Amino acid sequence: MRKGQNRFVAGFLLVPVALYLIFVIWPYIQTFGYSLTDWKGQSQTFSFIGLDNYTALFEDDIFLQAIWHNILFLVFIPVITILLALFFAFMLNAGGRGRAGGVSGVAGSGFYKIVYFFPQVLSLAILAVLFGAVYRSDSGGMLNGFLMRLGLVDENSPVEWLNEPNYVLWALILVVVWHGVGFYLVLFSAAMQAIPRDIYEAALIDGAGRAHTFFRITLPLLWDSVQTAWVYLGIAAMDMFILVSTMTAGEYGGGPDHHSEVMATVMMRNFLLYGRSGYACAMGVVMLLLTLIVSVVMLRATRRERVEF
Amino acid sequence: MSAPLKTASRGESVPTGPTVTKRGPGGPGDERGEGVVLNVFSHGFLALWALLIVLPLLWLVLSAFKTDAQIGGSAFGWPENWTLDVFSRAWDKGIGDYFVNTVIVLVFSVPLTMLFGSMAAYVLARYPFRGNRLLYYFFVAGAMFPVFLALVPLFFMVRRLDMLNTYQGLILVYVAYSLPFTVFFMHAFFRTLPTAVFEAAILDGASHTRTFFQVMLPMAKPGLISVGIFNTLGQWNQFILPTVLMQPQSGDDPERYVLTQGLIQLQQQQGYASDLPVLFAGVTIAMIPMLVVYLSFQRQVQAGLTSATLK
Repeated sequence: MRKGQNRFVAGFLLVPVALYLIFVIWPYIQTFGYSLTDWKGQSQTFSFIGLDNYTALFEDDIFLQAIWHNILFLVFIPVITILLALFFAFMLNAGGRGRAGGVSGVAGSGFYKIVYFFPQVLSLAILAVLFGAVYRSDSGGMLNGFLMRLGLVDENSPVEWLNEPNYVLWALILVVVWHGVGFYLVLFSAAMQAIPRDIYEAALIDGAGRAHTFFRITLPLLWDSVQTAWVYLGIAAMDMFILVSTMTAGEYGGGPDHHSEVMATVMMRNFLLYGRSGYACAMGVVMLLLTLIVSVVMLRATRRERVEF
Repeated sequence: MSAPLKTASRGESVPTGPTVTKRGPGGPGDERGEGVVLNVFSHGFLALWALLIVLPLLWLVLSAFKTDAQIGGSAFGWPENWTLDVFSRAWDKGIGDYFVNTVIVLVFSVPLTMLFGSMAAYVLARYPFRGNRLLYYFFVAGAMFPVFLALVPLFFMVRRLDMLNTYQGLILVYVAYSLPFTVFFMHAFFRTLPTAVFEAAILDGASHTRTFFQVMLPMAKPGLISVGIFNTLGQWNQFILPTVLMQPQSGDDPERYVLTQGLIQLQQQQGYASDLPVLFAGVTIAMIPMLVVYLSFQRQVQAGLTSATLK
């Protein structure tokens, strides 16, 4: 029996572990090594140059600007998304005051939950095309067309949403928020459903209004989910490759004039366009370090006494 | 969802009829003023967000029926070209091929992900052996690193295996990168399954392999569905891996672009070719399967993605 069992265990693990080693772990490890070389990628010859790539990175203005943009995303995307999602989740789960004296969602919350979630199943490539059309820089763009109707934008000088250095990052943030709110709303809803009804009902008897109920009961009991959402959105804000590379100007995006550059776009351009593989690897390592720092900081910053119920 | 649709709106809460008896403690009279203002505000806001979701999508689909001049003209023109011709044109311009490429990859990658992920998770969850914990953390750790860390060496690894721009290359890479999460999730699931059933099967003379496929795997079906949805959506929408591994071709080699890449390609082409309706038709075609899957399984999709994130 014992012998058969060992063979079974080994047999079941063989393929998954092999695949995982070859395509995930080994490349992860190799990146650190390549980041210390001047590898150009095409030939197999390269030489060890120590930390030169890293020192070059910190003199690369484009990459430094990209880090700064990632930090801006990191601040605004999670805050806006979580606030909206929390507000909607509360309205849909506890905003209504039912006839039965209980606490439930407002009318139509089932419908809203279905509609709000929809952007989540669309690929980011679809979003890129969709919002490319919405942000069109003539009267045919949905946003410009709408603002012209309202008389807020002059017919003859429409706003170049994606080509205006001051607007481009906000235009991108709007897409991410539009995409994410529904998902985090559902995430928070699931957590809210797990809160026992009688806590709400007790609060109701004590005369708590909606705002009170939210800040004193819902939010503390939801803190774990908010923390999860915070970390996930933080990691997404460190990436942003698809939207930036497809919606903004330039080879692998980043335009106008590097005003929307993120680390991922700089890295992919250096790798796929310039063939600077070693340098791109160094960027990958920096992205890893920053992502780890962000996760740890966010988990620490949001740590609270855990409320049991 | 606890029957929110049946909940009466606030206006009806002061009836003199028999429903009054059904009203619970803490009658809402004391906070009516706050309630009405909040209700108007919040309902307005909820409806506005719903419109912000639906309108751009409808507008996009309608744009497929416009002419190029109309699209460049006014955002609010009503389409005049009510023919499905543009959809077949979009299909021929490449969307068809990209669609088929994506389906071919996913038909293999999703089942293989589920199979290998479950196998590893099952063994790690239920068989104590030396190095078990280590191997488990080894799998789970992969979910924490950004994929960008691996891209450059991954490209050369796949090239060395001669699998660049092939279906099997992308399939294997998809499976490998889906393993951390699948193992993590299924591991938790297999641990909760009762040991008694497993022992009964072994006593009845079933081999370990047979017990897994005929007893344990069917019992894990709810978990498999959740992870399956998660993996399907994730792999269908994947963009970075194919961007690196399915390179543009020159000469007679066919493009092996997947749908996400293809849409971006189409966006660039049609911008120059001044045939934007084709682009919008292409996006509509790409959107429909997801819309259908989502609307038919919306409960499972929402539950699957939520539990996927929370675990």
